[in-house]
Amino acid sequence: MLKLNSIPGLALLAAFAMCILVVLTFQRPPVDVIATGGPGLGMQTLYNPAQVNKALGMNQPPAMLPAINAGPMAGTVYKNVQVLKNISTGAFTRLMVSMTDWVAPQQGCGYCHVAGNFASDAKYTKVVARRMLQMTIAVNTTYTDHVGSVGVTCYTCHRGNNVPSKVWFTGVTPGSAPGLAEVDMGKNLPAASVDDSALPSDPDTPFLLNQDKIRISGNTALPDGTNPASIKNTEWTYALMMSYAQALGVSCEYCHDSRSFNSWSESTPQRVKAFYAEAMLRDLNNSYMVPLTTLFPVTLRGPQGDVAKIDCATCHQGVYKPLFGAKMASQFPALEGVSMQQAAPKPIVKPAMAAPKPGGSTP
Amino acid sequence: MAMLSFEKKYRVPGGTLLGGDLFDFWVGPFYVGFFGVTTIFFSVLGTALIVWGAALGPTWNIWQIDIPPPAIAYGLAFAPLAKGGLWQIITICAIGAFVSWALREVEISRKLGIGLHVPFAFSVAIFAYVTLEVIRPLLMGAWGNGFPYGIMAHLDWVSNTGYNYLNFEYNPAHMIAVSLFFTTTFALALHASLVLSAINPAEGEAVKTAEHEDTFFRDFIGYSIGTLGIHRLGLFLALGAGFFSAVCILISGPFWTAGWPSWWSWWLNMPIWSMH
Repeated sequence: MLKLNSIPGLALLAAFAMCILVVLTFQRPPVDVIATGGPGLGMQTLYNPAQVNKALGMNQPPAMLPAINAGPMAGTVYKNVQVLKNISTGAFTRLMVSMTDWVAPQQGCGYCHVAGNFASDAKYTKVVARRMLQMTIAVNTTYTDHVGSVGVTCYTCHRGNNVPSKVWFTGVTPGSAPGLAEVDMGKNLPAASVDDSALPSDPDTPFLLNQDKIRISGNTALPDGTNPASIKNTEWTYALMMSYAQALGVSCEYCHDSRSFNSWSESTPQRVKAFYAEAMLRDLNNSYMVPLTTLFPVTLRGPQGDVAKIDCATCHQGVYKPLFGAKMASQFPALEGVSMQQAAPKPIVKPAMAAPKPGGSTP
Repeated sequence: MAMLSFEKKYRVPGGTLLGGDLFDFWVGPFYVGFFGVTTIFFSVLGTALIVWGAALGPTWNIWQIDIPPPAIAYGLAFAPLAKGGLWQIITICAIGAFVSWALREVEISRKLGIGLHVPFAFSVAIFAYVTLEVIRPLLMGAWGNGFPYGIMAHLDWVSNTGYNYLNFEYNPAHMIAVSLFFTTTFALALHASLVLSAINPAEGEAVKTAEHEDTFFRDFIGYSIGTLGIHRLGLFLALGAGFFSAVCILISGPFWTAGWPSWWSWWLNMPIWSMH
């Protein structure tokens, strides 16, 4: 009889525990392999069918109301219509009902509107919603380099929630040192955005709110003193890239050949899409979200009192194209800026950026 | 060719696994045997096919020659020669040559009357190769998941395959393999320094014996594994490193498709943490 408190007994127990762990924590074949590079290059993104089915279930567009385009201009019928005044009352009503389904299905119209006086701006949610409409239109008209013809609607981010489930708040940012010894980088705080790794847990603030340099690769094979990027800079960039991959449910090779991460000529076309998204996210966070900070109740703000902000995951939610590329926006022409007359109070100017060049010489 | 004085003792007939006496002969100092013949057949054919593949490719630059596996779309089917078929036949040749060599080692071990430690150790290396080029591609459903035959090309494959899982250093079997590789080199360094110290004494001192070696490590760390034991330990560490290397790539893909860091969520989700 094997005694469990003997060395062979303990080894047996440990082996049993290991087997349980292996069975419970790993996946099993089959595997879906998506090649993003030539044969033998190893540029792949891998999926397990169970994972794909789960993502497909969670990322379907909702049922949409039939299109209506009848009635006079909404601005002539309703009071205090600022953004959608130049669309028909039919299209206007349909969009309002759809927005309720997308953002406040539980609370209904009363989530934003004062009962009996829908024109009132007394509720902060209505003011926020107006700004978000302007933001949606700006994304669909100004940032087609990123959103293409798919576009976005309220549902792309909200998915039936008052506040989108994938938003971020500022955590520990580079250089905010509590003492002399070591700069706190927010490392070793496993965060979903960095795949629960030990990398800096808030990669968004430096790059998607501020304008820190993402590019850390040098231009020479050996260090020649001209590249100021440090190991810490590299870890922030690695964390940001990890958050992109997590947000889209892809591997590094969706955009890069890891032989030379910085080289545009060896990257996939998807990297250009991501490049435009960076400028877009900085603009959306700084021009739309940050100015709304004080409107939100403290309970909806972050630990440092900051407003909820947007990154890749906010729309993508783990899928390479939000809602697997369902063209929802085209069902709502008003959100694509059709029939609009200078909807946004101030025009959104796309930040200046050079086109990607081979050899990775973009600033 | 002249024989060394002790060589006669080892040139004994018999001990073959296949072919009986037919291939039981030496060419110069080299034993041939049935598996020596098959080794030559597979290695010459495989090398010729590599040269053919290089001739089809765009370069004769030794660093850049690349014979890639079929595209993923071919699945587990045969591919046209120029589109991965060569890679498939070369893989068969490589396995044929490696396994033949291991079996020739078995025959030589039997002739010498020693254990099968050498062919066993080589088998672990063969297992690692077969895992990469056969077992894992089979489990993933396409030969295109194997690595290409090319000096730079296979390094690109290694790099990209690692980044398929965002951060490969979180792969638990990779962690064990790396630890074993480092321990192997550490043990080898300790062993080599001890042997060199013992057999290269200072001017005027006698060469030291195993007793001195044992005494040194007993003084130093309270334990000496001994002259035989250190070689057993070295073999165990080295084979363990190779074995867990094979495991770490085998689980990457067939048994895990996401980033490796998130595999550890079972640990972060243990109900022992008070945070959050």
